[in-house]
Amino acid sequence: MSIWEYANPVKFMRTSGAVLPWVVAAAAVCTVAGLVWGFLTPQDYKQGSTVKIIFLHVPAALMAINIWLMMLVTSLIWLVRRHHVSALAAKAAAPVGAVMTLIALITGAIWGQPMWGTWWEWDPRLTSFLILFLFYLGYMALWGAVENPDSAADLTGVLCLVGSVFALLSRYAVNFWNQGLHQGASLSMAPGERMSAVYRYPLYLTMAGFFLLFLALLLVRTRTEIRRRRLAALLARENRA
Amino acid sequence: MTELGKYAGTVLAAYGASLVLLVGIVVQTVLANARARRELQEHERRG
Repeated sequence: MSIWEYANPVKFMRTSGAVLPWVVAAAAVCTVAGLVWGFLTPQDYKQGSTVKIIFLHVPAALMAINIWLMMLVTSLIWLVRRHHVSALAAKAAAPVGAVMTLIALITGAIWGQPMWGTWWEWDPRLTSFLILFLFYLGYMALWGAVENPDSAADLTGVLCLVGSVFALLSRYAVNFWNQGLHQGASLSMAPGERMSAVYRYPLYLTMAGFFLLFLALLLVRTRTEIRRRRLAALLARENRA
Repeated sequence: MTELGKYAGTVLAAYGASLVLLVGIVVQTVLANARARRELQEHERRG
């Protein structure tokens, strides 16, 4: 069996339909349990109860970057192998990625105000995240602006390649420039920097929950795009007849 | 019940805004999928 079999829309619809209920159930359990567990964690000695924001901010930021990288992979598959399902999967992922980026930006601003004394700072990581959000908006606008779906997939694929610079920059910006307010990795393994298990385990659970939520939304949205494509093809065939 | 202290408004604002966005994308996804499925089924039924 080859992974390319799933490039066949019929095969994709059949397989995704079978696994979807399980993915939805796992996403609901992990996300709700992780967020409730995180909300019930004790206050941090330094940050007080604002530490609870980490259970939204970090998983959302993690997904914001990785969804773009997933879009990069599927866009490259489209550009190289011309599999329609991969182009539609990239299109389907973009609104979810934009929402995750917006959650990271909003929760970061709300968290930053009491901790840093400011809602916003033109810090390398914050700025590259804002640009990543604008890339998501531009990507979705480009899909909507180009009538021919194959041309739209080509152009958005190239845009995705360019935007990947900012996706990677938003992850590694704090390592390149040290003048920012934002700290380094939240889940550092370095001695003395490791997060307490009280916060680490619910954070792992919310990260798993956000990933599964993305997967569930991706499957449903890709199925939607395949149905729309099928309807458009039927209508075009009728108009030609 | 968990103690939020002086940052209660900050924490609740972060959770509230995030939940609104998450529920929003889930509802939009489900509604769009239902509409696409219905339109395709109607078209195929008409032949």
